[in-house]
Amino acid sequence: MGRIENIAINPRERVGQQWRWSTLLEDRTVMGLAFVVPAMGLLFLFLAYPLVLGIWLGFTDTMVGRKGDFIGLANYISLVQDPLFWRVTYYTFLYTGAAVLFKLILGFVLAIILNREFRAKGFVRAIVLLPWIIPTVLSAICFWWLFDTTFSGITWVLIKAGLIGHKIDYLGDPTNARICLIVANVWRGIPFFTIGLLAGLQTINPTLYEAASIDGAGGWHRFRHVTLPLIIPLLGVVTTFSTIWTFADFQLIWVITKGGPANATHLYGTLSFQRAIPGGQFGEGAAISAFIFPVLVVSVLICYKYMRREE
Amino acid sequence: MREKFIERLVKFYLPLFIFMFVLLFPFYWMFITAFKSDMELYNLKLNPFFIHQPTLGNVITLFTETLFNRWMLNTFFVSILATLLSLGASLLAAYAIQRLRFRTSGTIGISIFFSYLVPPTILFIPLATIIFELKIWDSLWSLVLVYPTFLIPFCTWLLMGYFKSIPKEMEECAMIDGASRFRVFWQIVVPLALPGILSAGIFAFTLSWNEFLYALTFISTTTQKTVPVGLITELVRGDVYHWGPLMTGALLASVPVALVYSFFVEHYVAGMTGALKE
Repeated sequence: MGRIENIAINPRERVGQQWRWSTLLEDRTVMGLAFVVPAMGLLFLFLAYPLVLGIWLGFTDTMVGRKGDFIGLANYISLVQDPLFWRVTYYTFLYTGAAVLFKLILGFVLAIILNREFRAKGFVRAIVLLPWIIPTVLSAICFWWLFDTTFSGITWVLIKAGLIGHKIDYLGDPTNARICLIVANVWRGIPFFTIGLLAGLQTINPTLYEAASIDGAGGWHRFRHVTLPLIIPLLGVVTTFSTIWTFADFQLIWVITKGGPANATHLYGTLSFQRAIPGGQFGEGAAISAFIFPVLVVSVLICYKYMRREE
Repeated sequence: MREKFIERLVKFYLPLFIFMFVLLFPFYWMFITAFKSDMELYNLKLNPFFIHQPTLGNVITLFTETLFNRWMLNTFFVSILATLLSLGASLLAAYAIQRLRFRTSGTIGISIFFSYLVPPTILFIPLATIIFELKIWDSLWSLVLVYPTFLIPFCTWLLMGYFKSIPKEMEECAMIDGASRFRVFWQIVVPLALPGILSAGIFAFTLSWNEFLYALTFISTTTQKTVPVGLITELVRGDVYHWGPLMTGALLASVPVALVYSFFVEHYVAGMTGALKE
């Protein structure tokens, strides 16, 4: 069978015995659609459909093993009237704002430090990524032990150095617990910013810096007027990704404090899990996680804007 | 010369050292705790930063008194199957979107990218009801089917970047020589994209190994648990924390990921930055 003809002739126009299923694939639309079916099918069934189903569940009183009825805004009304919900909202925003800000600053600083030639550069860069690749749950266990009131190594050093006279209650005190969780999140998230931004920094043409130097620009000015404008689109995307992940965080909190003490460290994600899985209230849990939606939508729009600008 | 060295020390080596210390310290803490006996762990008189009498007691406890090796096997099973499934689907989708450029391919590409942003905390409750309906509740298969929701967007986006770098001329030549579209894809594009496929695979494997929320929600039988869930739910009972075995488990469960990572670090970095830049 002459294969060359397959390209020239639209398979649908072919007739008789020569028509085969395989010739159908020669049409780019047919082949393209056939090729995206597995991916789109899985994403539709386990991502798009649950996304819509989740919104619906928020308006029902579904419980584990029992189909719920439509109850309108009842879940949302009871949430809005609950002071605990506002406490969680406050901490979710505080956690996201503080953690993303510190990750951004520290990650950027480390990227700038690493963006020069020195011995063992590859090795150092490999080590920097470790906190990001090691399973979060496992490093969270480590932080949990590090924040133990009695046996913390940090406390031991501080006492030996004479800086504090008594032990610190890291996770028993609401304010301390909130700070500790942000520290753990920053620790884990720095590598993402560093490696992402480092890739961007390396694409900046060195002649731009030379030109700026000749024009008399100092270190700060070179950073402000050469580095920053060129890195802003990437910075925007990296920050947006980090924001949505931090806002919807679950693992660190659930392992280290489970939302305690006195519910001071719950995020939307952990509260929704607590109500839905151990608590069995699927409807209420879905209503809580629906509050993550607006941030998701804004993130998508911001990413979209930056990507369009790139093109 | 001397002044230059001091400047370099203050502006470069010192901050670098501080960063490295902070980023690595928790791993050191994990490591030394894993090889301490309980006697030593809870003795406040000793310096906690050294192991005075190293012991394998925690390792033995972990393997004999818990189902740790079973959990490791479960995690391997889920991670490998989910990775293969996602790689297959992504390879086809990425090629179709990047190279075939059929109608609506642009829209499909963008929507796959944005599905990467959807966090599991929004999805786990409705997914729990779906998993229940599909009768794969409390089975590892539920995880194999659900993990592609975050693996496919990532892998597809990464592979699209790779396909972009393969010259179109090679495909056109093969087609003129009479190769069918599918053959061009399978015998020319896929072999050329192998480094990209490897990056995507490594990344997908570590992401699956990392996953916690879905595994915690869908799995409740002890023998079906993955490592992260097993450690957290079985070694922490009420107020009794088995710190030694817990830290040993965390250390050992990090090993496969760390090994994969150390062998393919360049691919890993390429994968991470490639996915970002696209």
